[in-house]
Amino acid sequence: MGYLEKFLGNTRKTLLYRGIREMNKKVRILIAKPGLDGHDRGAKYIARALKDAGYEVIYTGIRQTPEAIVKTAIQEDVDFIGLSLLSGAHNELFPRVTELLKKHGAEDIIVFGGGIIPEEDIPFLKSKGIKAIFTPGTPIRDVIDFIESQKEAKNNE
Amino acid sequence: MNELVEGIISGNTRAISKAISLVENDGPDKIELLKEIHRYVGESVIIGITGPPGAGKSSLINVLIKEYRKQGKKVGILAIDPTSPFTGGALLGDRLRMQDHSTDENVFIRSLATRGHLGGISLATSDAVKILDAAGFEIILLETVGVGQAEIEIVEASDIVLLVLVPGYGDEIQVLKAGIIEIGDIYVINKADQMDATKLKTTIEYYLELSPDKNANHRKVVLTSSLTGSGVDSLIHEINSTYNFFRKKGILNERRKTRIRKEILRILNSRILESINQTFNGRNFDSSINKILNKKIDPYTIADSIFEEMKKRSQT
Ligand SMILES: Nc1nc2c(ncn2[C@@H]2O[C@H](COP(=O)(O)OP(=O)(O)O)[C@@H](O)[C@H]2O)c(=O)[nH]1
Ligand SMILES: [Mg+2]
Repeated sequence: MGYLEKFLGNTRKTLLYRGIREMNKKVRILIAKPGLDGHDRGAKYIARALKDAGYEVIYTGIRQTPEAIVKTAIQEDVDFIGLSLLSGAHNELFPRVTELLKKHGAEDIIVFGGGIIPEEDIPFLKSKGIKAIFTPGTPIRDVIDFIESQKEAKNNE
Repeated sequence: MNELVEGIISGNTRAISKAISLVENDGPDKIELLKEIHRYVGESVIIGITGPPGAGKSSLINVLIKEYRKQGKKVGILAIDPTSPFTGGALLGDRLRMQDHSTDENVFIRSLATRGHLGGISLATSDAVKILDAAGFEIILLETVGVGQAEIEIVEASDIVLLVLVPGYGDEIQVLKAGIIEIGDIYVINKADQMDATKLKTTIEYYLELSPDKNANHRKVVLTSSLTGSGVDSLIHEINSTYNFFRKKGILNERRKTRIRKEILRILNSRILESINQTFNGRNFDSSINKILNKKIDPYTIADSIFEEMKKRSQT
């Protein structure tokens, strides 16, 4: 066996070297806007802020159907979906997303929501599997803390 | 592992997507997976699409997908965007322009960030291409911004490269001087609906004629609008005829061989870097660095001795 083969043989186990693996692993987040309203200032703001916080953010623009959102989330293998909605159809569209995720066996993807959502709707949305709701004016730090704590909980499973 | 391989071969979206994450994250099963699927790869046509930001690459891909879907072909897309060197984050927005296909089962779109890969993003990308290839995507489109060595290496992983330019985009001569003229097989002047493209077309053709590369004369310049779709059919036509020309002339095979050669080098590179990391885990070489700083010794001598030590250790 030549030097090179021996060398390669020995380095195979370095693939298990944790430092390298963790260096490349990144939290991926899909920011999506279901519904018909065409304002995406809020969604773009959060996408950029999460990028600045060091996450990989996939942004797909306005007027996404729940089907398109779920399909995108699966192809992009994201850890989180952040739904942004101003039009008031959240009670219908947010649960549809979690339902479809379940249908595709992707309920491990964590869903959170943001936008103009009345306080009294939040318990219902949470019962449908939306993990957190961020109403306008929420500091971005809260969103990051939420992501980090969920990530930790997932890692400890 | 077998389950994952079977999933990929049968075109299961979740399996493909998890497998791409595996190669992206450099997970422990990556190598085994790539070995397993090797016999299924080599069937796809890989088209690299590069050019300055905003030239309309993603929008053009959107219309190309439409055309290929009309022909009944399965299309896989990898869109690569840079990771911020300051925060490590990335905003991946290419698929925003490809929404026409967001629920088509035969279209798979994946956004990749360049990250800090040991083997370079080019290695991760070519591994992701293999997964799409094995999954039966007949056409694979790679989008990347045409700046920097890494991006050029990505397009080098393609069978055929489209360079997308826009008329009036800075000084035309600048674009050509920058050396980008060397990397395209087909020159696409996009947004031809908006601006007069004839001047840029003439300039590119002039440079192609001057090129010492004898294949440059075969290169075509195509005007498109990804907004109206005009010119896209002739672009597809040029892609096909260039591809056939490459195949007949043995250029395609040469490219694939070059790709394999470079791939072996990249794998070796990342193995050696890993090995250095492993062997010297935790060591910071402070005293050596101080010696170099104080001109007691030079960095080449230090690197040589580190390398020798590593060789010795890996032999025991
Ligand atoms: N008028 C016109 N606009 C275009 C065309 N192609 C793309 N655009 C616009 O140019 C901008 C950038 O397009 P995009 O596909 O994201 O470019 P990329 O950065 O090269 O991927 C978007 O606003 C598109 O709508 C075209 O053929 N004509
Ligand atoms: Mg783009």
